[in-house]
Amino acid sequence: MRCDADVAVIGAGPAGLSAATAAAAAGAHVVVLDEQSGPGGQVYRAVETVEQSRPADISFLGKEYRRGIAVAREFRAVACDYRPGTSVWHVGERVAGRRRDVFCSANGKAFRVRARHVVIATGALERPVPIPGWTVPGVMSVGAVQSALKSSAVCPAGRLVIAGSGPLPVLVAAQLLAARAPVAALVDTTPPGALTRALAYLPGALAAGMYLHRGMMLWRAVRRAGIPVYRAAAGLRVIGSDRVSGLAFHAGGREHSLEADVIALHEGLVPNSQLTRLVGMRHRWDRRQRSWRPVLGPWGESSEDGIHVAGDGGGIAGARAAEFGGRALGLDLAWRLGLISEPERDLAANEVRFRRTLDLGIRPFLDRYFPPPDWIGRVPDGVTVCRCEEVTAGQVRELVAQGCSGPNQMKAFLRCGMGPCQGRLCAPTVAEVMAVAGDRAVAEVGTYRIRPPVKPVTLAEMASLGDG
Amino acid sequence: MFLRLTDPVPKPITLLFEDQPVEAREGDTVAAALWAEGIEWTGSKRVSGRRRAPWCMMGVCFECLVEIDGVAGRQACLVPASDGMRIRRQRPFREPGHAV
Repeated sequence: MRCDADVAVIGAGPAGLSAATAAAAAGAHVVVLDEQSGPGGQVYRAVETVEQSRPADISFLGKEYRRGIAVAREFRAVACDYRPGTSVWHVGERVAGRRRDVFCSANGKAFRVRARHVVIATGALERPVPIPGWTVPGVMSVGAVQSALKSSAVCPAGRLVIAGSGPLPVLVAAQLLAARAPVAALVDTTPPGALTRALAYLPGALAAGMYLHRGMMLWRAVRRAGIPVYRAAAGLRVIGSDRVSGLAFHAGGREHSLEADVIALHEGLVPNSQLTRLVGMRHRWDRRQRSWRPVLGPWGESSEDGIHVAGDGGGIAGARAAEFGGRALGLDLAWRLGLISEPERDLAANEVRFRRTLDLGIRPFLDRYFPPPDWIGRVPDGVTVCRCEEVTAGQVRELVAQGCSGPNQMKAFLRCGMGPCQGRLCAPTVAEVMAVAGDRAVAEVGTYRIRPPVKPVTLAEMASLGDG
Repeated sequence: MFLRLTDPVPKPITLLFEDQPVEAREGDTVAAALWAEGIEWTGSKRVSGRRRAPWCMMGVCFECLVEIDGVAGRQACLVPASDGMRIRRQRPFREPGHAV
């Protein structure tokens, strides 16, 4: 089955929703493809369900989450062909005069959308945190804990230790506390001196609005609850083999060992680059964010004709910047489709582009306050880097010692990156480990080539595509 | 390991996990429903056979793969729970007798 569209938007987070809303409002025929069952992406996950059936939960999910209600509502108010529960597993080459086919699957049936423009708004994922024992049941990402809280009001029972660095750990701790769920300890891995280095970027951060104030309020909530906070922690390792029993680390000049039933880890976000890589988009290494990001023009246009990127998939900038950037991109697409004139586009996008620029002012501060971890390349040999195929850092190092040229050659030897997650969860780690082992820069090591299908799809589903 | 903030669940639905009835809430993902029932692991590691459990809950890690209504390789964190759904822990594919 095939349907035609002016714009195919992949991802229904703030970027995708805003792009779709703006383009559709100008009269474009927009198809929105999203894996989840409702709009919102990860940051506003289950926002409609919460608003409609669990409105009391907004009190602990917070003000920023509430913003998602308006984003989803505006999206629902325009005419869009919205396809929730849909996986996109391939974006094809140009066919039939610059159009592209986006291959999807929903409810066990495959179909394709032939679109003049494709918007990749697939957001970010949490950087994997390869510490000893991170594959043991009871250990998960901080985002996973937050997802369960948002989507189902489910929270960890027993002793929860939140460990890591970035705005997310303290946010989730504060949300859980507001929901009257217990948090046993917060282990902050932000390195000493980071805040001092960040202070040079304070003016921009202040101009960006309430972020700093909100952050301080979150920390205050944690302090008021009397939760132990361990600063500048390092050398984390999970205790327990079949399930978690504790977390060991050093901080403040001594070793600590905390009992834990659940451990939530977080070391920042990286762009989800599966689709941007699949289509062969040009990427550049972002030294500050220690990750790859697509090279984009001012409206989100990429090196590939007809493919655009909005939101964190183009570099980590947060939900608001994603929303503003998405809206600007939607207007740009309306202009490209001939629905509005260039001056109309510029006038309509003026405000959101200004607000986005202002909002981005927080990034230099945050990127220095929460620098990406520099220890990942030096994790102990026994640590799992590839969770799917259970490949260790030691195995990767051994291959480097034998002269293995990079991640793509390594795949053939170890199957690392060839399991069900298709390298999403090991790519950042593998590059760091290979860089240290081979005494090269991470950017020089490179990363996996991505091939379709990027989501699991059965042969029966593929066959159901037909020729139409 | 996990619990619900609101208990009992309004308008519960019933899933079958490893042939045992499990209560869930309309709107839950399968993975969240299992967490809420204290089910800690969703399958076995492909190589070592050790227990594996969800890591990301957002569709990227594939650690929550389960068998749903006879179809293996489903991402429990993305599939909405529905009444009467039959869920099984996913064993490594090479194990004999595994339904694929």
